[in-house]
Amino acid sequence: MTGGFPKEWQYRTPKTKLMIWAFWLCMVAGFVYCWQVMNAGTIWFFVQDAPKQAADIGARMWPPRLSYVPELMRPLWDTLNMATLGTMLGVILAVPVAFMAARNTTPSATILRPIALFIIVASRSINSLIWALLLVAILGPGILAGIIAIGFRSVGFVGKLLYEAIEETDVTQIEAIRATGASPSQVLNYAIVPQILPAFWGITVFRWDINIRESAILGLVGAGGLGLKLQASLNILAWPQVTTILLLILVTVVISEWVSAKVRTALI
Amino acid sequence: MSSYPTTWKRPPQIFKHRGWRIGLQIGVLVWFVLAIGSIDANWERIAAGMERGMRFVQGFLQPNFTARWSDISGGLVESLTMTFTSTIIGIAISIPIGIGAARNLAPRPVYYFCRAIIAVSRALQEVIVAIFFVAMFGFGPFAGFLTLSFATIGFIAKLLAEDIEDIDETQAEAIRATGASWWQLINYAVQPQVMPRLIGLSLYRFDINFRESAVIGIVGAGGIGATLNTAIDRYEYDSAGAILLIIIGIVLLAEYGSSYLRKFLQ
Repeated sequence: MTGGFPKEWQYRTPKTKLMIWAFWLCMVAGFVYCWQVMNAGTIWFFVQDAPKQAADIGARMWPPRLSYVPELMRPLWDTLNMATLGTMLGVILAVPVAFMAARNTTPSATILRPIALFIIVASRSINSLIWALLLVAILGPGILAGIIAIGFRSVGFVGKLLYEAIEETDVTQIEAIRATGASPSQVLNYAIVPQILPAFWGITVFRWDINIRESAILGLVGAGGLGLKLQASLNILAWPQVTTILLLILVTVVISEWVSAKVRTALI
Repeated sequence: MSSYPTTWKRPPQIFKHRGWRIGLQIGVLVWFVLAIGSIDANWERIAAGMERGMRFVQGFLQPNFTARWSDISGGLVESLTMTFTSTIIGIAISIPIGIGAARNLAPRPVYYFCRAIIAVSRALQEVIVAIFFVAMFGFGPFAGFLTLSFATIGFIAKLLAEDIEDIDETQAEAIRATGASWWQLINYAVQPQVMPRLIGLSLYRFDINFRESAVIGIVGAGGIGATLNTAIDRYEYDSAGAILLIIIGIVLLAEYGSSYLRKFLQ
């Protein structure tokens, strides 16, 4: 016997084992505590009643009222326009923000870069529904509020992915263009832009696809489109109409996803 | 002397035929014109709303945390507890579904069943799901908890299944060659390979769930969204600004925290 070596090999040291155990303990304790706090005001009678309610709503929802579809064509057109124009607005705003946020293209790392990063985080953390809520109060109900809401939410998404793409550009190509005596704007035009262009189109189409989903529900707070009809149908408890609208949204989403997947495979 | 092109052009990527490409471009242009034409902006209403917009900007710059602090903190506690519990429950449910949706581990009927669950969960928007859960379970954070758990399942299970399908098969083969059972295979070959990514995804989903919890309150599922909705409805823009700043702060914290944790774990 030499020294106090353990007889069996063990994957983890006792200290890590203890830490993992403590981690699980914290998670379980935290979960139980949060559960208690969250459900302090829950009325359990309603929860027990839920299967009956679900069956009831399900029975009312079927069959969908297909004669309602022609009336939905105008809101559907509004929804598509909102998503497309919103994406355009978002992309136009996002490009300068992304160039300011990328470490290798930012004009000033001390002032402009933190501002650009804050714009990206602020836009990403506020959902388009909240933007719509604010903008409907300011601009009045209608598709314009929806477009701006979608645009503001897209800035963060497109900006973040784009600035990461800019930071990942190949340095050697930039160096090669710079070695020809190119000015900074020429470096941007001939070395950086061609490298990020496929990523740019991919991100744009991806965001457009997400925006179609989001614009379908923006009407819930008054920003036009299918959501407005959904809200109206929910308010008068016209469940067959709700089913029709949901089916239409589903079809639109599936088609837009197919288009976006097709375009992205062609680009990348 | 045949004419040789002096400049290089990228070959067309999507449509091979020239007519189709020009047609598509004209079509997109026409759509944009029609779409911009369909904006029915009421300029008088917008001019009247500008004053409100200025007040909102002021509220954002000079947020008022104290006036409605009890409502804000109540909503925040609901949101955070909802986020925490729903993330844990959602992940706990999505692990078996994710394993079932991996083609290299599950038999075909199980695979299709689990993929169907994922498709349903991903196709439905959180807000729409929340409307139904509120109708079934009553107002309050319990409906929000169910909504977020439901949305978490589709997200985590899909990415987990894709990760399991991408594992290094040689390691699984080595474990299988020792005569290991299916459970041992999961435990010794699959779990160590997918664990780092699963932890990363869980932290990312926590972040998303918090952001979503701020939204589903608008349709009655509890949380900070309900407080925000009330603040905006009552035109108390300084309180609304405070709530938005708190949301941004927490998301920022969660984002930095999760990137730090992921670095620490790898």
